[in-house]
Amino acid sequence: MASTEALLPVTSRQDPLSESRSDQIPETRRKRPIKVHLAVCSGLLLIALYVTLIVTHDGSTAQNGAKDETYTESRARLAGVSEKSNDGVWRLSDDGKTEAFPWNNTMLSWQRTAFHFQPEKNWMNDPNGPLFYKGWYHFFYQYNPNAAVWGDIVWGHAVSKDLIHWLYLPLALVPDQWYDANGVWTGSATFLDDGSIVMLYTGSTDKFVQVQNLAYPEDPSDPLLLKWTKFSGNPVLVPPPGIGAKDFRDPTTAWKTSSGKWRITIGSKINRTGISLVYDTTDFKTYEKHETLLHQVPNTGMWECVDFYPVSKTKVNGLDTSVKGPDVKHIVKASMDDTRIDHYAIGTYDDSNGTWVPDNPSIDVGISTGLRYDYGKFYASKTFYDQNKKRRILWGWIGESDSEAADVQKGWSSVQGIPRTVVLDTKTGKNLVQWPVEEIKSLRLSNKKFHMKVGPGTVVPVDVGSAAQLDIEAEFTIKKDDLEIILGEDSVEADEEFSCQNGGGSTVRGALGPFGFSVLADQSLSEHTPVYFYVTKGKDSKLKTFFCTDTSRSTMANDVVKPVYGSFVPVLKGEKLTMRILVDHSIVEGFAQGGKTCITSRVYPTKAIYGATKLFLFNNAIDATVTASFKVWQMNGAFIHPYSADDL
Amino acid sequence: MKLIVMVMTMMMISEGSMIDQTCKQTPDFKLCVSLLNSDPRGSSADTSGLALILIDKIKVLATKTLTEINGLYKKRPELKQALDQCSRRYKTILNADVPEAIEAISKGVPKFGEDGVMDAGVEASACEEGFQGKSPLTSLTKSMQNISSVTRAVVRMLL
Repeated sequence: MASTEALLPVTSRQDPLSESRSDQIPETRRKRPIKVHLAVCSGLLLIALYVTLIVTHDGSTAQNGAKDETYTESRARLAGVSEKSNDGVWRLSDDGKTEAFPWNNTMLSWQRTAFHFQPEKNWMNDPNGPLFYKGWYHFFYQYNPNAAVWGDIVWGHAVSKDLIHWLYLPLALVPDQWYDANGVWTGSATFLDDGSIVMLYTGSTDKFVQVQNLAYPEDPSDPLLLKWTKFSGNPVLVPPPGIGAKDFRDPTTAWKTSSGKWRITIGSKINRTGISLVYDTTDFKTYEKHETLLHQVPNTGMWECVDFYPVSKTKVNGLDTSVKGPDVKHIVKASMDDTRIDHYAIGTYDDSNGTWVPDNPSIDVGISTGLRYDYGKFYASKTFYDQNKKRRILWGWIGESDSEAADVQKGWSSVQGIPRTVVLDTKTGKNLVQWPVEEIKSLRLSNKKFHMKVGPGTVVPVDVGSAAQLDIEAEFTIKKDDLEIILGEDSVEADEEFSCQNGGGSTVRGALGPFGFSVLADQSLSEHTPVYFYVTKGKDSKLKTFFCTDTSRSTMANDVVKPVYGSFVPVLKGEKLTMRILVDHSIVEGFAQGGKTCITSRVYPTKAIYGATKLFLFNNAIDATVTASFKVWQMNGAFIHPYSADDL
Repeated sequence: MKLIVMVMTMMMISEGSMIDQTCKQTPDFKLCVSLLNSDPRGSSADTSGLALILIDKIKVLATKTLTEINGLYKKRPELKQALDQCSRRYKTILNADVPEAIEAISKGVPKFGEDGVMDAGVEASACEEGFQGKSPLTSLTKSMQNISSVTRAVVRMLL
């Protein structure tokens, strides 16, 4: 069977789609209704392209047509993961291309990240109670001290001056009371008016009931907040009537109402409707439950890790959780238990009754076509207001996509995403914009700058030396003439059907895409992870841009989930296409258009590791030449280690 | 006496239908029903209880498969490498997947139970692939894949 790994098409001008695509892929990306018209148009385009190439060729190191393998789409490869369920269904391909993979320690130890937060060993999940206090950023997290799978959960703890260089501290909370004997689960911190901290968290009681508990620092003068005291009157909240004993968890940071009370919200469900309950309190010890909900959306299932916060309509700084007013919108976010996807929606909060309505109910919280912080692997996320630098910062749990046997063998599971700032897109007001915190730039070492014109069907090696720890910032421009031809050509029908997930990955070629970078690639591209734009001609001849990450060829291993992730990304008039990619061993984080669409992926190459990891630039479009202007930095490790006196 | 018999029969029938209703929503109704009926707790269990019974079946099957693997070292020494991998994978099912799933379901965070149960199927498949078409464990692999997918469907009802 022909190699399926090559990005390049057949060199002949025959429509590569008809020649090599199997019939099983129902939608072709381009539809040419009339064959004569087809021949004429392709002839014209061919001439235009050749002219373009001759006129503009600038001696860049493109390898046009160097690889003339054909490619085929293997249905088995693509099968398994649909966007909606995000259920990570593995289907082991039996097309003989992938092999059963005995993971050895060399391969596994490469997977550990260099500058993402992860404990020294074992399992981690949700971020908990993030806050800034007395000069330190604090991060707590769900942690299993005994195994590399979920269980026996406690609160881990770490501190940092800059959200990047973390120091491990002793465990903050352990299940030592009847009301959290079966688990010290997720919670959030609130700063009171006097600057003191209260922590609300979910405990799983000795009878497996989910309750909310109050804790606070034992010694507020300790900047490291090493020890925590649990309120003697815990639990402060138990599941109310009508709410299941196991459907009541993850209390939010509180916000001040106009009447001076504190208010929190807690996710739950009633049948299949996801809901968020509202409670008011003055002392965090006794609460009044509202009769009304903050919000609810049918058919979304249990809402975990609800988050609720204001964003400015006009400014790009973050806002304290209690801010309200006409210049502000409120975000409701929830983690959907059914699908393991975090969703958010933008709307208006009514403080008088503690309710919220979305601006656009058709993309309400939890609707599958709604907004997400991240279109890849990203769950149980939580924001906090960083009063130090006036930012709202987002943490997200990035689980593994490999088998538990591999996790057990390598001794750990899960990382956290690089913390991101979150603001409203003030130009459109229709989505949030996220960006890795500025402090990550302190890890940048040497860099190389590139400017390349990349013709259709080209793969270019990018020589940056070591390629497992990178920060890439890139700008792409599609050749104006190519764009005009394609936009103006009636026979190129609008592609209404495209999505990253159904688009077949990076080897499926369209007029204007895909193009981008292949990260964590080996020299022969037998393993590689393309992060790319795919531009389609939408309705009214307007361009529609998608940002995708294709992990389907990221590894030869077959006991790993390998989806194609991504989404539409809004591109405003006059904006160039920009992407940023953070590569850190087994994690890749992609940000398009300054963070309007983000994709986190977990990747487990077996060959593209250590010195064999390479970076490529590619343009797999059929018609368009693309100019890429980009910078690649080597990234230093963060050297996360246990706190010692020397660190003060 | 007749009344008692009648009431008991009615109880059995109506409780049997909990298993029926549950199993109808899984990919293998017959397998699901036979697994659940073979356990005395099945007739009176709620959905969580049924999930835990099925996880127990996974545990039993993994143990049985490990015993088979151990026996194969002597009979088929040329398969040692693949058997080592399989041994590792089935031990993961027993030591990681099953305990994780039991804890998660008992505590009402079924999504971690789903992870554990799904992984049992992954490990079985990966072990099978290690023999590159010449597996001596194929029937056990298929059983694990099937039980895993049935159990997963039941666990998802708890989400």
